[in-house]
Parts: sequence; C-alpha cells; structure tokens
Amino acid sequence: MTGAAFTPNEMMVVAAARELADRHVCFVGVGLPNIAVNLAKRTVAPDLELVYEAGVFGARPARLPLSIGDPTIVTGATAAVSMFELFAFYLQGGLIDVGFLGAAQIDRFGNINTTVIGPYDNPKVRLPGSGGACEIAINAREVFVIMRQSARSFVERIDFRTSPGNLGGEGAEAARRRQGWLGRGPTVVVTDLGVYRFDTDGEMRLELLHPGATLEQVRASIGWEVRIAEGVTATPSPTGEELRLLREELDPEGVYLR
Amino acid sequence: MRDAIAELVRDGDTVAIEGFTHLISFAAGHEIIRQGRRDLTLARLTPDLVYDQMVAAGVARKLVFSWLGNPGVGGLHAIRRRIEAADQTDGDAATAGRLELEEYSHFGMVARYTAGAANLPFFPLRSYFETDLPVANPLIRPITSPYGDEVVYAVPPLKPDVTIVHAQRASAGGDVQVWGLLGAQKEAAFAAERVIAVVEELVDEDVVRADPNRTLIPGLVVDAIVVEPWGAHPSYVQGSYDRDNAFYLAWDAISRDEARLQDWLREWVHGVAGRSEYLEKLGADRLTSLRPGSAPSGSVDYGEYR
Repeated sequence: MTGAAFTPNEMMVVAAARELADRHVCFVGVGLPNIAVNLAKRTVAPDLELVYEAGVFGARPARLPLSIGDPTIVTGATAAVSMFELFAFYLQGGLIDVGFLGAAQIDRFGNINTTVIGPYDNPKVRLPGSGGACEIAINAREVFVIMRQSARSFVERIDFRTSPGNLGGEGAEAARRRQGWLGRGPTVVVTDLGVYRFDTDGEMRLELLHPGATLEQVRASIGWEVRIAEGVTATPSPTGEELRLLREELDPEGVYLR
Repeated sequence: MRDAIAELVRDGDTVAIEGFTHLISFAAGHEIIRQGRRDLTLARLTPDLVYDQMVAAGVARKLVFSWLGNPGVGGLHAIRRRIEAADQTDGDAATAGRLELEEYSHFGMVARYTAGAANLPFFPLRSYFETDLPVANPLIRPITSPYGDEVVYAVPPLKPDVTIVHAQRASAGGDVQVWGLLGAQKEAAFAAERVIAVVEELVDEDVVRADPNRTLIPGLVVDAIVVEPWGAHPSYVQGSYDRDNAFYLAWDAISRDEARLQDWLREWVHGVAGRSEYLEKLGADRLTSLRPGSAPSGSVDYGEYR
C-alpha cells in the first residue's frame, strides 16, 4: 500500500501522531485527537499513557470510541478515577506531558475559541464551550492543536478566548511563569495543510507542508499574513502501515477521515 | 420513579442529573418531563441529550454546565435554538424564551460540587487565567493565596436541591455501588439537599458489605432508590449495556427540527407510562444488540478480622 493515495485528513492525523514520539503521558480529546493519539500508540509511541478527562489513566481502548466517555476506555485501563482526581492530581498536579486540543477558531498566537461565534450574550453560533480545554491549556506541559484549516478558523481575532495559548505573543512565557502555570503553552499546530511550530515571540510559523498542499492554499486559508519557515519542507507521506491502521482499525467506517 | 420524582423534584428546583457520558438517568429526565415540572435550573457538566430533551419539553429556565454538545456527534440543537441570535427573533423561539446560562469548565463544575459537598465557601483551582470565561461568568473570581501572593481562581459551591444518579446496584438501604467512569456523581450527591439513586439492580446488603470499596454513595445521603433496568439508555452502564451510539447520531437529525423533536417527545416520553413501556417500544433486538461481552474483575480478599 506504500505510495497509495491518502486524504488530507489522513495526512493530518498521521502528522499529529508522529509529533507524539518520545512523549509519555497524553491527555486525549474527542474526535481527531482521539484517532491521532491511538495511532501514535500503535506506531511511534507504544508506551504512551492515554489519559481521558472522563476519569481514566492508562486506557487501552479496543475500539475507537465515538464519545470521549466510552466504556471501552475503562475495560483494561490502569486506573478509573473520579473526575476530581483526574483534574486535580493528574492534570493540575503536573503529570500530563501533552494536552491535545481541537478548536473552532485559533489566532496567530495559538489562543483558542471553542465557545461562541459572535458576541457571547447573543451568539451567531453557540459552540460546546471549554469542557476541560481551559485547564488543559494551562496545566499540560505542552499543548498540541489539531484542526482543519480555513479562513473562518484561522483568524486575526478570535471571538472568545476559551483556552489560552501564547496570549499576545511577546511576554507570554513571562506571564505564564508569573501566574504559576506548569505548561509552556502550544508547541505544535497540525492541520490538513501542514504543521506549524511557534517562534520565540509566540507566533506560529509554517514548518512542514503536506504533500499536495501549496503555499497559496495555506495563505488563502489564514486570516493574517502567515510566517513561513525558511526552507519549509514537505511532510513525509503516510506509510502503508499508518494508512492501514487508520482505515482498518481506527476509523474503519470513515467517520472522521474521509 | 413516578413517586420519587413527584415527591422530591419541585418546580424551580436546581436539579443535577449527573453521570459523565456513563450512567445518565434518562428515565428520571423523562419522568420529570411527564410530570410537567417548570422553571428548573439544570446542572450537569455535559447537558447531553437528556437536557436537550428536557429543555425542548419546557421544564428548564437555566443551564449550569461546562461542555454543551452531543458527544462525538455535534451540537445540542434544541438548546442552541434557545441561545443563538438568529432564532431569538423567530416567533417560536422567542415565546419559548431565551435560556439562561451559567458556564464553567469541567474542573470548575467538579470543584463546585466538591465545595458544595464539603461545605466550603469556594474551591480554588488553576484554571481560567487569561481567558474570557471569568468575563462571561462573573462568579468565577480571582483570589490571592493567604500564604503568599499567588493568585488562583475560585468557583462557588454548587448545592443542588436534587441530585439524581444512575448506578449498577444498591441495597434496599440505599447504599450505591458503581464501577466504570465515576464522573462527579459522588460530589454531586453529597452536595445535594435530596438524592435519588436509580439502579439496574437491587442487591442484598451482604453483597455491598462484601465489597465496601465499590460503594460510591452511602444510603445515609440517599432519599429514594428506584429500580429501573435500562434506565440510563441511550447512555450506558459499564458491564450491563453499551452506549446506543446510533441513537446519539439519530438525535442530531431529530433535534435539528423543532417539530420533529416535539413529535419524538410525544411518542417516546409523553406516549409511554414509564421506562418499561419505553423499553417495549425499543424492542428486544435493540436491547440485545447493546449487551457487551464479559470482562469480569479479579476478586480481592478483604480478610476476616475477629
């Protein structure tokens, strides 16, 4: 299957999974993060400990759960704990290496909106809100963001800051230290077009461009003048094994990836 | 169930039907709808379909929550129609009235129940820094540590008038045992004025006493035990039945259309006397298909000490 065609969504999940190499404890979000983390566990990070906000440490899901609170995350897990324990001891206690978040809107500094489009009191679209995202963004040692890219989602100004990223850019790290955060904020943003990392001033820059995607597409789907790394390189295509795992084991019905 | 709701849930109450994806008492939610309660404040981390249905049925005035979605599927459309701008000018939604919201994060909601259960005036947490949440909800407030100059955020206690939980089993004395995801049910129960526990099965007190570590909520704080097998459907009970994901997916289409949703409520809530009729309508095949395989725990020896 090597060299087989793949979709932008498949490339996105594969690229996100590879970012988890060498990471140990990962807080899993619903949807795309869930697939990426489960792929990583089967490829680059076999020892990865999966933590679900529903109250599970060391999950071994035997199927890809539709919801984040599926019974398959409990059976065979290391520990099923109360949500208080999960958030207070595991997350706030500093045991989470990577928090994986999705977003409806993101700005150049990696601040995230999952609450409303439009004004809070009279929203055009009401989104789910924080869930655990706000405290994950603050307490996980680093944050990975995975989301599809469009001019509607990569915006100059987010309508509501649900989960803090690099705040206003410069000075974000100082603010985090002053306020006693354990995390260093967002470090990677993976989209269907490429992979972004953050400069020392807190702004994201395109680092990898997925095969088939163009810089024109990237620029057209971002609401600010995006930084592009010098010598931006192509993301290695998904391997046959990565695609097989996605298609046969993790998303056989193509709910997320087609 | 009818008696428990009639006796313990009153108009204007703050009601928490807790259970994080797991063990959500839809049976209690439906009975509250049938009995026509009004002006309830509904608290839950994840309002889920049960509150979408209750809001559509007109029992609620306000939501207290932290994640407003159909898990794994999308939005909660009945609730969204009562929040979003475009719908407020329509006749239907305007007369239905805008739903009042009080919004936290997950940890904030769990911390609120914890403060309520422990009789504390607030609970401190490291969240909300540099976000718009304390602006949207002024009850989330910064507080300086009495032991230094560190600032954290505080949330107020949440003490529901009634907390309703679903569980695998309980004794007749109301001692409730749970396994699988524990959510925030313990905290929500201890925080509440009144507690209704709905269980799959009533067991002898000996069964509870043989495994005391599995007791989540003691009868001491439980006011009513209701035996209602499958009372959590379409959510699930670890080891008994699976989440009915097909229904969660189907609800997306049903709830997008207010007329269709109201038809659904007429048929599946008002149109049945209680959970057993609901289950008959659902059919044995559907229920059988949700039965999981077996994965028993090893047993432990507590030892005998005389």
